[in-house]
Amino acid sequence: MMKRVLLVGAVIVLLASCGGNDAPKIQDVANNTIELVLEIDKGEGFAGRLQAALITAKPGSTIAMPEGTYTFSDGLSLDVQGVTLKGAGADKTFLDFAGQKGAGEGLLVTAGDVTLRDFTIRDTAGDGIKSKGADNITYRDLTVEWSGEPSEDSGAYGVYPVESTNILIDGVTVRGASDAGIYVGQSSQIIVRNSVAEYNVAGIEIENSTYADVYGNTARHNAGGILIFDLPNLPIMGGHSTRVFNNSIHDNNTRNFAPPGNIVATVPSGTGVLIMANENIHVFGNNFANNRTVQIAISAYLEKFDDDNYNPLPRNIVIRENAYSGGGDDPQGLMSVLAAGLGGKLPELVWDGVTTWDVFTAGDGELTEDGGVVKDVNLVIHENDDIGFVSLGLGSYPLDPRKIRPSLDRPNGTAKKEPAPIKLAHDFNSKE
Amino acid sequence: MRAYPWFCFLFLLTACDKSGPNMQMILADKPAPSLADYNLFTDMHADTPSDRVFAYDLVNPLFTDYATKRRYVYVPKGQSAQYNATDALDFPVGTVLIKTFGYAPDMRTPNINSYKVETRLLIHKKDGWLAAPYVWNEAQTEAKYAPIGKRLHIQTVAPAGNKLDFSYAVPNANQCKTCHQSGHDVLPIGPKARNLNHNDQLQNWQTQGLLSGLVENLPKVPETHNTSFPLNVRARAYLDINCAHCHKPDGSASNSGLMLEWGETDQTRLGVGKRPTAAGRGAGGLLTVITPGKPDTSILAFRMQSAEPGIDMPELGRTLVHDEGVALIREWITEMPIEDK
Repeated sequence: MMKRVLLVGAVIVLLASCGGNDAPKIQDVANNTIELVLEIDKGEGFAGRLQAALITAKPGSTIAMPEGTYTFSDGLSLDVQGVTLKGAGADKTFLDFAGQKGAGEGLLVTAGDVTLRDFTIRDTAGDGIKSKGADNITYRDLTVEWSGEPSEDSGAYGVYPVESTNILIDGVTVRGASDAGIYVGQSSQIIVRNSVAEYNVAGIEIENSTYADVYGNTARHNAGGILIFDLPNLPIMGGHSTRVFNNSIHDNNTRNFAPPGNIVATVPSGTGVLIMANENIHVFGNNFANNRTVQIAISAYLEKFDDDNYNPLPRNIVIRENAYSGGGDDPQGLMSVLAAGLGGKLPELVWDGVTTWDVFTAGDGELTEDGGVVKDVNLVIHENDDIGFVSLGLGSYPLDPRKIRPSLDRPNGTAKKEPAPIKLAHDFNSKE
Repeated sequence: MRAYPWFCFLFLLTACDKSGPNMQMILADKPAPSLADYNLFTDMHADTPSDRVFAYDLVNPLFTDYATKRRYVYVPKGQSAQYNATDALDFPVGTVLIKTFGYAPDMRTPNINSYKVETRLLIHKKDGWLAAPYVWNEAQTEAKYAPIGKRLHIQTVAPAGNKLDFSYAVPNANQCKTCHQSGHDVLPIGPKARNLNHNDQLQNWQTQGLLSGLVENLPKVPETHNTSFPLNVRARAYLDINCAHCHKPDGSASNSGLMLEWGETDQTRLGVGKRPTAAGRGAGGLLTVITPGKPDTSILAFRMQSAEPGIDMPELGRTLVHDEGVALIREWITEMPIEDK
């Protein structure tokens, strides 16, 4: 009885707030829970009705967008907790931002417990969908894309959750981003799975984040497939504990079309996975093919920095039981310079061999002549014997190609305990 | 149940009190449909403030496409804002901050044939601040609540004499929050002590009972256009009012790591030699936010000089380039000492 009263009350509120244009309906959805669904009418004024619904939505309600293509001149935003925004399908409901005049992204979410699903956002001026400080968010079965050839004029990130906890990205496709297609930054407890990232500069990027599982994805035709980074001078640093497994990472040979200055602009076209300055990263069971520069690269942060709290070295990295074919036959960018001394080709696995940093003095370790500290990177490589490895033996950055001291000996590290699988309370589709 | 008659009685009292702002409306869950419903002004044109609604101004305003701004504050009778040295003054529940945006056919003479485009309210409800935009009709007789914002075609002449023809954006209610966000709260931006501190305004507020707890040594930012102040503090004052509402540790742009508040002292956080984060094409192919001595290779100047969505900064609140602001920041970067790093 109480429940019914509450629902009726909610309906009245919706009616009152939306002027009756969008008839609210109570639908008995498949899982037998009653939820409030507000369907947005098609036709003239859709953008305004949708934004109005996103502002006046009650927590826990669903906003449904019908099949069709809708144009927007300004960014959308959602700041109501627990709202589901859904379309009729990523191949049926298109939100077109080609004429966008303002805002930094197509859709901005700043509330928790939000689900975004079953629609396509395309041609935004800046990022596609950004969620900031939005915990327990789900991006499911949706597409973000920039049409036409990959271009530096496209927006930076496709889906862009940042400064959030409990992020689920499932069944998402991102195409054409001039930075990372699927980007998770400064966040914790993350799942990225069953998604496709293609024709972006970076397919999937986990940056300055902790506890991420990236699995069952396809990263193809990007400049770099999957990047695990930690960068200095950011509010949240010290990324660690990420597992990258059972992904298909192939043909990431698209030119790097990122605007210079952005960190991904330094990623050579043809990179499968790049781990840079992060800790306790496990890469296993993936299928690597035809990444022309290198299948997996492990490196320190490349640039000068001024940040006492930052560790630029990769640490405790485990690479095991992946499948490899082709690749490394046509190194690009900086890697082509470094490969010159190796006959112009690179093996499947490349480590820069950097173990110290001129300005890096934190922690214990052996002091170098110039005051740096040598750190044990602790690389563990458990792959078939025919899988090639090289340490470029660069020692320290700033990078000096003359300091290259290649070694084909596999490192003899000790595997750090693999992080437990990420479990998210709002992940209803979890098979575990 | 017993409280019910009392509630009715109070309701009647407030509803019938026509002399001042309508506290019932101010504290209601939802914004009123029309600006007039609040009784903040005694006339339909919102030119004559009601009792206890005071006009005020800021040392430096945020740039909003050369629009004029008229600001008023209402603090409920018997209450006052508490002084705060760094953040916005701590206004009591029931406070309304009112800002009306207007244009004239020629902004060199902004008072001739001026007209209002929108009035934004920031209302301190019981559970926090609520932002509500109101858009004026052409007859200038009513401003209606516009939660989804609006695009307005504006043609005018800039203070420098150049013609302007552009699409002015009234922000939607969520966009209001984007700039006014401070952690999980919505807070005022302009009325900080340092930005109210001129022409004895803070002292007058205290005399009028709007403010309490004033201290002796009050902070103050210089006028950005007043060249009798050093360039560095003028530039920092400009960044403080135009950028720092997002570029602060608990602001909307916190994840960029670029912090532009008045009190920031860390040069890297201020952008000097700092690499872009999540800037995409907004970086313009440039490597650092500020390259001392070189505004042309500084992302900060590049984004201020742009009017293109996805590149321009601030992301919200402006369509035009603020030529005077760009000139100030470029000069600041040009004169910045070049350190050996």
